[in-house]
Amino acid sequence: MDTPLKRTPLYQAHVKAGARMVPFGGWEMPVQYTGIVEEHRTVRSAVGLFDVSHMGEFEVEGPKALAALQRLTTNDVAALQPGHVQYSVLCYPNGTIVDDLTVYRLAADRFMITVNAGNIDKDWAWVTEHGGGARWRNASASTGLVAVQGPKAEALVGGLADQDVTKLGYYRFARGAVAGVATLISRTGYTGEDGFELYAPAGETERLWAALLDAGRAHGVAPIGLGARDTLRLEMKYALYGNDIDETTNALEAGLGWVVKPAKGEFIGRDALEKIRAEGLKRKLVGIEMVDRAVARHGYPVLKDGRRVGIVTSGSYGPSVDKYIAMAYVETPLASVGTELAVEIRGQAKAARVVRTPFYASKVKKAG
Amino acid sequence: MMTSIPKDFKYTREHEWAKQEGDRVRVGITAYAQEQLGDVVFVELPKVGAKVSASKAFGVVESVKAVSDLFAPVSGEIVEANAELTQKPETVNADPYGKGWMILIKPSNKAEWDQLLTAQQYEAFLKQGGH
Repeated sequence: MDTPLKRTPLYQAHVKAGARMVPFGGWEMPVQYTGIVEEHRTVRSAVGLFDVSHMGEFEVEGPKALAALQRLTTNDVAALQPGHVQYSVLCYPNGTIVDDLTVYRLAADRFMITVNAGNIDKDWAWVTEHGGGARWRNASASTGLVAVQGPKAEALVGGLADQDVTKLGYYRFARGAVAGVATLISRTGYTGEDGFELYAPAGETERLWAALLDAGRAHGVAPIGLGARDTLRLEMKYALYGNDIDETTNALEAGLGWVVKPAKGEFIGRDALEKIRAEGLKRKLVGIEMVDRAVARHGYPVLKDGRRVGIVTSGSYGPSVDKYIAMAYVETPLASVGTELAVEIRGQAKAARVVRTPFYASKVKKAG
Repeated sequence: MMTSIPKDFKYTREHEWAKQEGDRVRVGITAYAQEQLGDVVFVELPKVGAKVSASKAFGVVESVKAVSDLFAPVSGEIVEANAELTQKPETVNADPYGKGWMILIKPSNKAEWDQLLTAQQYEAFLKQGGH
């Protein structure tokens, strides 16, 4: 690759902490500090800090901001109140996925969207081309983002915040200071645990990170790398762009129909998704668990009686469920829970079955 | 790497160790290898009686993030495979030179032993970056 890897405001802190740095979506990121399984367990049992500053933030405002987002995203932005967050998808006209994102309504005519790091340039081109008439601002480089996740997250963030965060419901946000740093405190995450995502000015993110680590010691805090971020989200069957969803998968087969709202009116991909819904899905993204001991990985074929019926999109060992688990697209008739399948691993068919998801019961706070 | 390398073992450039036990050779992966892999979550080993060839893959070790082949230091027949690793693959991380051993080979070509790196050579190889 010709372009040098980008670094977040916390790069030096990661190196100093002894993190193993790897390239990810054009960024140099910590994959682990002490070990993936240990970090995974820290998030499930105490609290972990994730540097997700590589993610992109775009702001859009003006009288046409709402209409622009309604046209660009599949979910109903009109139903989103100021102070609320919405998960959504940007689709191509054929219903496949540009990116998945969260939408923040900052004020009646002001929004922020958070997009995947590897898609920032593509998404920026997409939203400014198709979200015309509204004023867009790319705040990605000036914004740091720290996720605080785990059962002790509320105690940790609450202890440093200038307000009562216990009242903040799931997918709600507030402006406030954390450790004296001006942040947007969002009760969201990508782990299945209670927690927060704290947006801060890039120049102050390191101070925020240090304060959270310091105050978190009493709660058993640890910094968590991308490796554990991946196993945590896999146990929840949360899709990862580039693995489970991309420009070849449509939002419905990916199981994201719950954020596709044709009733709201026209949006990019609506006609195609309506047609797909009417005709029925050819395949579905399901959770599978290995019956034979083996690890299913991205790209491995899924078999039924020797016939290829799908493909694995993500797979690993799930430390909290103590099983080898995976996500896979399989033909719709084979997508129901309990279906016996196989995954082809190094030329051998290893028994697997479709199971209920999430693999790990969600511990997120309920909407308040 | 602070872990000391057993002086009486031999080594491969793929980071397997080999230990002579009478006329058998016990095989595992080095502390450096398990450290590089990270948490080992799956180990696939050949069955007793299978034949392995020097420098050829005999099995697979998987960490959370990666799949890596295991290479036989010497040719021969598998007389034992560490069944405990099926249930407790993390033993490879915890005790790579001891309980984390993988296979026991009955060598078919004694000359291959001399081709392997000595502890001193392996240490020097690691100092150069290990690949």
